[in-house]
Amino acid sequence: MIEVDGVGRSFTVGRRRARRTVHAVRDLSFTIEAGEFVGCLGPNGAGKSTTIKMLTGILAPTSGRLRVAGFDPTRRRTALARRIGVVFGQRTTLWWDLPLRDSFQLIRHLYNVDQKVFRARLGALTDLLGLDEFMGTPVRQLSLGQRVRGDITAALLHDPAVLVLDEPTIGLDVVSKVALRDFLRALNAERGTTVLLTTHDLGDVEKLCRRVMLIDHGSLAFDGTLDDLRATVPDERSIEDVVARLYTEGAAPSPPS
Amino acid sequence: MAGTVRTYLLLAWTWLRASAQYPGPLITMTIGSFAVHALDVVAIWVIFEHTRSLAGFGPAEVMFLYGTAGLSFALGDMLFGNADRLSHHIRTGGFDAMLIRPVGVFVQTAVDRFGVQRLGRVLQAVVVLSIALSRLDLPWSRAWIIPPMILCGVVIFASIFTLGGALQFLLTDAPEVANAFTYGGSALTQYPLSVYGEELVRGVTFVIPLAFVNWQPALFALDRQDPFGLPSWLRFASPLAAAVLAGAAALAWRAGVRRYRSTGS
Repeated sequence: MIEVDGVGRSFTVGRRRARRTVHAVRDLSFTIEAGEFVGCLGPNGAGKSTTIKMLTGILAPTSGRLRVAGFDPTRRRTALARRIGVVFGQRTTLWWDLPLRDSFQLIRHLYNVDQKVFRARLGALTDLLGLDEFMGTPVRQLSLGQRVRGDITAALLHDPAVLVLDEPTIGLDVVSKVALRDFLRALNAERGTTVLLTTHDLGDVEKLCRRVMLIDHGSLAFDGTLDDLRATVPDERSIEDVVARLYTEGAAPSPPS
Repeated sequence: MAGTVRTYLLLAWTWLRASAQYPGPLITMTIGSFAVHALDVVAIWVIFEHTRSLAGFGPAEVMFLYGTAGLSFALGDMLFGNADRLSHHIRTGGFDAMLIRPVGVFVQTAVDRFGVQRLGRVLQAVVVLSIALSRLDLPWSRAWIIPPMILCGVVIFASIFTLGGALQFLLTDAPEVANAFTYGGSALTQYPLSVYGEELVRGVTFVIPLAFVNWQPALFALDRQDPFGLPSWLRFASPLAAAVLAGAAALAWRAGVRRYRSTGS
């Protein structure tokens, strides 16, 4: 479903003499099969968001080859948009001044979703995410938790094959987090939606992800199950300590797969 | 193409409904824009209190030039003017949100915050043009050029707005650079170009084709000699100039989107 082959992305920063090239992502390769639930970890500035942006067609890679749901994200951006859903935890993709209901209607038109299908999906999603009472509220008046749920609903109205979430649980309270995790787990299990999320919350990874990828300094430092990840630092107890060690000392090589 | 128009109308309608949540500012801004631009006409009137002709053009002819330029600019600004707010979208990350939708980003930026308050300017230009036409009494053999001339003017201004937007992929911190050409171009074309120096007129004829917004076709409509002695076929070259500029704008926009770097998070 997602194929990444030797992908790199560099940025030129600074002006004139101080100009230099920063490699946000370098020589990244991995494959994600349909129906997988993958968590992507890494310290701030490791290249997680850049990777997500390349997968969704927002950024063009400077080298390598990408395929998502059968499309090259940069060349076939609008075709890809119909097959994937994208959620940014840190900012909304909804229309700030419009009530949720109107944002969803607009998305129905933009994605050409049939009215009947749309009603059924919206009904199911608002039930699951408890959004019913906020449908008439403008997005700017929603709390963070309500807004993220709104964004997730918006990202799923066209029934995408892949759902990409960039830090979806950031800033959410414990109850909202648990509800969101339950929802995502069910979505993956029942509909078979492929899910890729980035997070700093190791609870997300422990509760949801069968597979973990660790990105550090723009390349893949680890790719395997959570148990494999734990096994790389045997003397540490909690997963937090394991990941903290990996972030500070650099990750051990991936186990043979 | 039909899909793009449909998307534009859909988003425009959405923005209108969003802005209708605040009817007060909407009405005052519409009236305000009408009133501010009505002052332009006062300026023309004041000029003709002191002189009988402006570089060889009488009051009705100057109002004709003003009205055609104003209408082209106001329509271009209403439909595509927000393309020059691109740097705002880039800085806030809103452009990322546009890129994940299955429709073109140009349509989304152009229609963003579409509002009826800009109709005030359109209305004012229509009023001025109507007054000018009623006083000029142009024969149909020359007046036919007015609709295509307005249309080409809209395309030219829209292209300049788009070029200004495309420039902001490079200069995120200096969105005002393009204003010299959009708002400056609008001010320039409101008067007979013969009031300006010859070098400037050559520049706006052959470099940034502002002369084709109204000046060249107006010379035909008003049956005038070109004061700069440029060939008379240029009077019918507006569609060509508009097409070339629109093509350049489209290429620049595409190149800009491919170069887009997004924000840090």
